[in-house]
Amino acid sequence: MSIDNETSRVLDALEAEAIWVFRETAAAFERPVLLYSIGKDSTVLLHLARKAFHPGPIPFPVMHIDTGWKFRAMYELRDRTAKELGLDLRLATNQEARDQGVTPFSHGAQEFTRIMKTVALRAALDEGQFDIAVGGARRDEERSRAKERIFSLREAGHRWEPRNQRPEFWHTVNNSLTNGQTMRVFPLSNWSELDVWRYVARENLEVVPLYFTEERPVVRRQGTWIMVDDDRMELEAGEQIEMRRVRFRSLGDYPLSGAVEGEASDVYDIIRDIEVNRQSERAGRLIDGEGAQSMERKKAEGYF
Amino acid sequence: MKALIRVVVCGSVDDGKSTLLGRLLAETGSIPEDQLESARFTRRPGSTIPLGEVDYSLVTDGLEAEREQGITIDVAYRHLMLPSRRRAILADAPGHEQYTRNMAVAASTADVAILLIDSMRGTKRQTHRHLTVCGLMGVKHVVLAVNKLDGVGYDQGIYNELVAEVSDTARRMEIESVIPVPVSALVGDNVLAHSPNTPWYHGPTLLDALDAAEIPEHIDGEVRLPVQTIIRGKEFRGYGGIVAQGAVKAGQTITVAQSGQQAKIVKLHGLKGTEPFEPEQVITGESATIELDKDIDIARSDLLVTGEPPQLADRFAADIVWMSDQQLAHGRSYTLRCGPLEVPATVTNVRHRLDVTNGNTMAARLLEINDVGRVEIATSRPVTLEAYSESRETGGFILVDRMSGETLAAGLTRFALRRATNVVPHHFEVDREARQVLNGHPAKVLWLTGFSGSGKSTIADAVERKLHSLGIRSFVLDGDNLRSGLNKDLGFTPEDRAENVRRVAEVAHLMYDAGMVVIVALVSPFRADRQAARSLFPEGEFLEAWVDTPIEVAMERDTKGLYAKSKSGNLPNLTGVGQQYEDPESAELHLSGTDPVEQNVDTVLRMLLPDAVD
Repeated sequence: MSIDNETSRVLDALEAEAIWVFRETAAAFERPVLLYSIGKDSTVLLHLARKAFHPGPIPFPVMHIDTGWKFRAMYELRDRTAKELGLDLRLATNQEARDQGVTPFSHGAQEFTRIMKTVALRAALDEGQFDIAVGGARRDEERSRAKERIFSLREAGHRWEPRNQRPEFWHTVNNSLTNGQTMRVFPLSNWSELDVWRYVARENLEVVPLYFTEERPVVRRQGTWIMVDDDRMELEAGEQIEMRRVRFRSLGDYPLSGAVEGEASDVYDIIRDIEVNRQSERAGRLIDGEGAQSMERKKAEGYF
Repeated sequence: MKALIRVVVCGSVDDGKSTLLGRLLAETGSIPEDQLESARFTRRPGSTIPLGEVDYSLVTDGLEAEREQGITIDVAYRHLMLPSRRRAILADAPGHEQYTRNMAVAASTADVAILLIDSMRGTKRQTHRHLTVCGLMGVKHVVLAVNKLDGVGYDQGIYNELVAEVSDTARRMEIESVIPVPVSALVGDNVLAHSPNTPWYHGPTLLDALDAAEIPEHIDGEVRLPVQTIIRGKEFRGYGGIVAQGAVKAGQTITVAQSGQQAKIVKLHGLKGTEPFEPEQVITGESATIELDKDIDIARSDLLVTGEPPQLADRFAADIVWMSDQQLAHGRSYTLRCGPLEVPATVTNVRHRLDVTNGNTMAARLLEINDVGRVEIATSRPVTLEAYSESRETGGFILVDRMSGETLAAGLTRFALRRATNVVPHHFEVDREARQVLNGHPAKVLWLTGFSGSGKSTIADAVERKLHSLGIRSFVLDGDNLRSGLNKDLGFTPEDRAENVRRVAEVAHLMYDAGMVVIVALVSPFRADRQAARSLFPEGEFLEAWVDTPIEVAMERDTKGLYAKSKSGNLPNLTGVGQQYEDPESAELHLSGTDPVEQNVDTVLRMLLPDAVD
């Protein structure tokens, strides 16, 4: 299997737009930062940043908001990638909350995410005085994202005000920032999940092996498979660790990422699976399920 | 032919737009299955669609805030997978009149429009408005969905009439093609499959009509490459930007339109996968990285071209869509942005307003939110704006408020009013640097602002006497003195004040270039105007000093008798009385006009020329 010509040309057009976004970010703003979460979207994002500035280096730092609960395989890829590409990698953790013993088990998916991701992100952006942060969000991920701008304005305190967003014309960006405003920018806005995987295939990019099926230790929880990635995993009454052939559609904190059964040994298997089953990748995430419109609310608070 | 086409969807909820879009997206597999699932089992109050079937109108449902208020606020972007495996990005704009601006956004990048009309209600003012905005923003192709035909018994006569009406208007708007399709979004007629209900119709389905849109890739014509960024590596300097026109190749000789300097492209840089490679060419819409054979002066927003460079100009006629709650006042200075280009610009005249519901023009002095009008624009330096009809990318611009950062308007350049052909800036050998060396001191600008009677002229005079004694070349530009000559045609309305400030700033700039220390004493009550003056000078060379004197003290002094005149009603626009003074927010110096003059002079000099006074 390979990527057909028309699809490849669609990818070319999406790539051109993303490169334009990266260059505008670097040229029209003071202190950009690239948010890197090690998943497939981040992998594509990082690759596009390389393309945008090749043969020069990526001219801004890359930051990982580390909750401390990512899969071990993710940390491995992160550190190796940073070394191979010579990235200016910054790590940001809500250390205070961590020291107080905040875990996915103590606080629940939603609250844990708010404390360890949203709060940590806001603090890290403030501390680094970054005026623009690049993220991998896509418009097809969730309904409320369909109205998100590529260059998305945040008021002081990182608040997202849907009514106060700037119109986007042609390739002309209004980069003015006043009164503590900052910008979030999404080069993958117009990409679909399939586009991301097809691009990974076409560009031959390395992704975390957790996307491919293997026998892994898991427990059944809330209708999905949760992998026991280390001995910090707290089992609930009646839960039994078993070995299953599973893979992940979407990666985050291991106790909060649901795995699916079914074989996928390479990227093309994943592409075929999405083409046939057409389930969105967020279906496996525990945090999104809690309450309708949870994404829109999280964004208003400053989540990506 | 483009593989990714951009589509603006025009129509309102009442025309059945969300149902049509929902069906189009769902049935082409463009929506993930789990998102469809919720549209099967969620129902709005009063819905008659049986549970378990997809309520297509829910698929495109927007933000929580919008649902609560039952309105659409904003443009939504969605993918549509076309049967040819090409892709359409649908920009779904709200239909109602108060959202003309959102429609303009969605249409600005669109190759094709889907125009929805309700055959039960016929064309409306709204349809005309949609066509006008599409025409204005350069959308050349329309797929006309004549909807709700089930409601009029699939009457071919009604359909033909509506098609004729729309085609007629579209022609006047310079839209090249209209492909009409009779549909019922609710029933699904002719959306993806031909319907037995319209045996008289033999054209394409709505989806096929979209997929058939042949949008050519512009690789012909001379190269237009606006420099977006400088790419720096170890011993490498290259230039990156999106190609606005033509095909960029190694071996081409390019000219910098702004300076006339030339160089040859030696190499295009790229990555294929993770390996470096040299693309053969980079065409319109793609991002290029070029390396030149020699080191010439190139900065962001310079336009690189092949062939004859476009002429520079500094006065333009343009159509603008006004998008802000604050009115457009001519004479006010804004920041104009076109791609990487950023330049202070003034709307010098409003020629007329366009009635978008019938195409008529009307006399107008100002523009309000959602108005479309023809204006004249002056940029503070010659630029390479081209006609929008020739190039959207180098002809479309936005106007930004200098203070709030708000995007106020989208503009479409029509033609240049004053070519700057003969004023291509000549680089003289003796420049400001050289003159400064000869003078033995740097050139600076001190801008004193404050009420009439605040003490500006007094401070200016004292500062200049001190400079003179130090052997520093200087000149005072005093507002009142200039109004007796250079500016005697100007009054005191906000527009005239803006022009007054602009002229004084330009004169100050000439003197600054001559290597002098220029002292300006001018009320200059508006922040935006002072900001415009500041923008002419390099950072650190322009010092704004606010001579802050309580209005009571200034009135008491009334050195020129103005406040007395104002009291008797003969001077309606006096600053501080009939007109507002906007306090400086970013002045380098904040002087109190009631402090002793010597003290103020000392403060000013320490900041203005620290080396000279120590």
